[in-house]
Amino acid sequence: MPALHRVSLLQGRRPRRVADRAFRFFVLLCALSLLGIVALILLELIKGSLLALDQFGFSFLFKRDWDPVNGDFGALPFIYGTLVSSLLALVVAVPLSIGLAAFSTEMCPRALRGALSFTVELLAAIPSVIYGLWGIFVLAPLLSRRVEPFLAAHFRWTGLFEGPAYGIGMLAAGLILAIMVIPIVTSITREVMAAVPQNQKEAVLALGATRWEMLRIAVLRNARTGIFGAVILGLGRALGETMAVTMLIGNRAEIAKSLFAPGYTLASVIANEFSEATGDLYLSALIEIGLVLFLVTLVVNALARLMVWRITRGMPVRTHA
Amino acid sequence: MRADGGTNLIRRLKDWSASAFAVVATCLVLAPLVAIFSYLVYMGLGAINWAFLTQTPKPVGEAGGGMANAMVGSGVILLLASVIGIPFGVGTGIYLAEFGRNRFGNVIRFAADVLNGVPSIVMGIAVYGLVVLRQGHFSALAGGIVLGIMMVPTVSRSTEEMLLMVPQNIREAALGLGIPQWRTTISVTLRTASSGIITGIMLAFARVAGETAPLLFTAFGNQFWSLKVNQPIAALPLQIFVYAISPFDEWHRQAWAGALVLVALIVATVAVVRLLARRGMFQGAH
Repeated sequence: MPALHRVSLLQGRRPRRVADRAFRFFVLLCALSLLGIVALILLELIKGSLLALDQFGFSFLFKRDWDPVNGDFGALPFIYGTLVSSLLALVVAVPLSIGLAAFSTEMCPRALRGALSFTVELLAAIPSVIYGLWGIFVLAPLLSRRVEPFLAAHFRWTGLFEGPAYGIGMLAAGLILAIMVIPIVTSITREVMAAVPQNQKEAVLALGATRWEMLRIAVLRNARTGIFGAVILGLGRALGETMAVTMLIGNRAEIAKSLFAPGYTLASVIANEFSEATGDLYLSALIEIGLVLFLVTLVVNALARLMVWRITRGMPVRTHA
Repeated sequence: MRADGGTNLIRRLKDWSASAFAVVATCLVLAPLVAIFSYLVYMGLGAINWAFLTQTPKPVGEAGGGMANAMVGSGVILLLASVIGIPFGVGTGIYLAEFGRNRFGNVIRFAADVLNGVPSIVMGIAVYGLVVLRQGHFSALAGGIVLGIMMVPTVSRSTEEMLLMVPQNIREAALGLGIPQWRTTISVTLRTASSGIITGIMLAFARVAGETAPLLFTAFGNQFWSLKVNQPIAALPLQIFVYAISPFDEWHRQAWAGALVLVALIVATVAVVRLLARRGMFQGAH
């Protein structure tokens, strides 16, 4: 802000400059402690998981056993459960979110637009534990009585829909996650779609394009970076989501191909077992799972930022009004 | 021109199916929302009563009792979280907007993004190690710290964005009147941006108000009355979780009632803060 500096030089009186310095120092301190907190979290996780790291090394990530009684720990079932439930969520959520965003920016009557965005915000404001509660008492019974028998009858050949239809399991967790990430993906997608300049859309329409072609050529192409960012953010949320998943996934440390089978995720094993963990190694293994979760979300977020930077390079991300 | 007519038909068909998809997607998203809200209100209103709002939990197997201590406990934790998180987040936001248009600012922004992406359960573990182990017991303070830290990235980002939207010449006008920079930032820039910043704070508050996972091993929960900051304390989301996964019908009913109260609390906070913001209660110094 060169203009600002020049003006503040003109002021020149000492006490003011001291006050300015103090103010600047204070806000810098806030910013620095943010950095400090991230470092502290990382250090604490590493410190806590040293014992498990020492005992198992990298094999921790690839072992299928989770046997607290004999002190044998491997994180593979949790990594598998986390990935499968999150991907399932994205597969369901992303097309729906883009459809919803397209509807609310391009098709919806103006009067309805505010109400629609408010509703999506409401969906985002519902706490995870309430999604879990609803999942246990409404979604899971619905799945086990209607949806899962239907899927088993028609799509058993895929191998994804086998076994007893409990309702509680990977499918339920994936669906509840989908409902939970839709608001994030939708709101960012809608924002970037709305940011596409009106005259570009009009230009494409003037060339005789249909509304879909206009969406594809003018809107989606311009907004794809933002949409990609939205999807990645949704993934980040799904990976770390704890309560609703813990209540719905069945919490069994097994790797099963069928989506009806119960599973376990990184976050939910911590939620369930951390306060009951007996023995230092058990606790340390759980903290290492936390470390894995931390690093995975870190990589996911960094990747999203890097992609965004690479695509928008040379252009200011935000401009002064 | 038959060929043209054919392509046009295909294009129209594509256009029609894209529109149909968008409408169907909208309905599919709205369906669970309507289902959740109506079921929540239906079950919650059926289970809520005076005892629920004023009593502490009864032992397993006894009917009655309520979640009064959990509601008050949530209030205590959220107050602590706001006291910790809001000044800190606004300060960071001011730094980023006014002094942080450089490489170091980008590092801080990245750290805020990282912090925002850290799963809440992992924050719980970290604060367990940093606060609970050091204190030697679970406490309301640890719960407040965890939620306070979680508020910081949202608050700082929205503060930064809102400050950047304040036109540069408003700052210059203030400085031109001889007002020092710190005073300009607080009384002019921050004030101009205040309604947006309050919206950000409100969103952060609403987000942490329902957090359960990080409280599992920090605030821990409590079956009895407690207002002590350095003792384990009950929290509404924790109580809902415990009751929801229990095998007792009475507890399931209370879980729904608690859920209704929690959602009402979140919606009410949002409404009250919006109202105050519109009336100009947060407009800063004159």
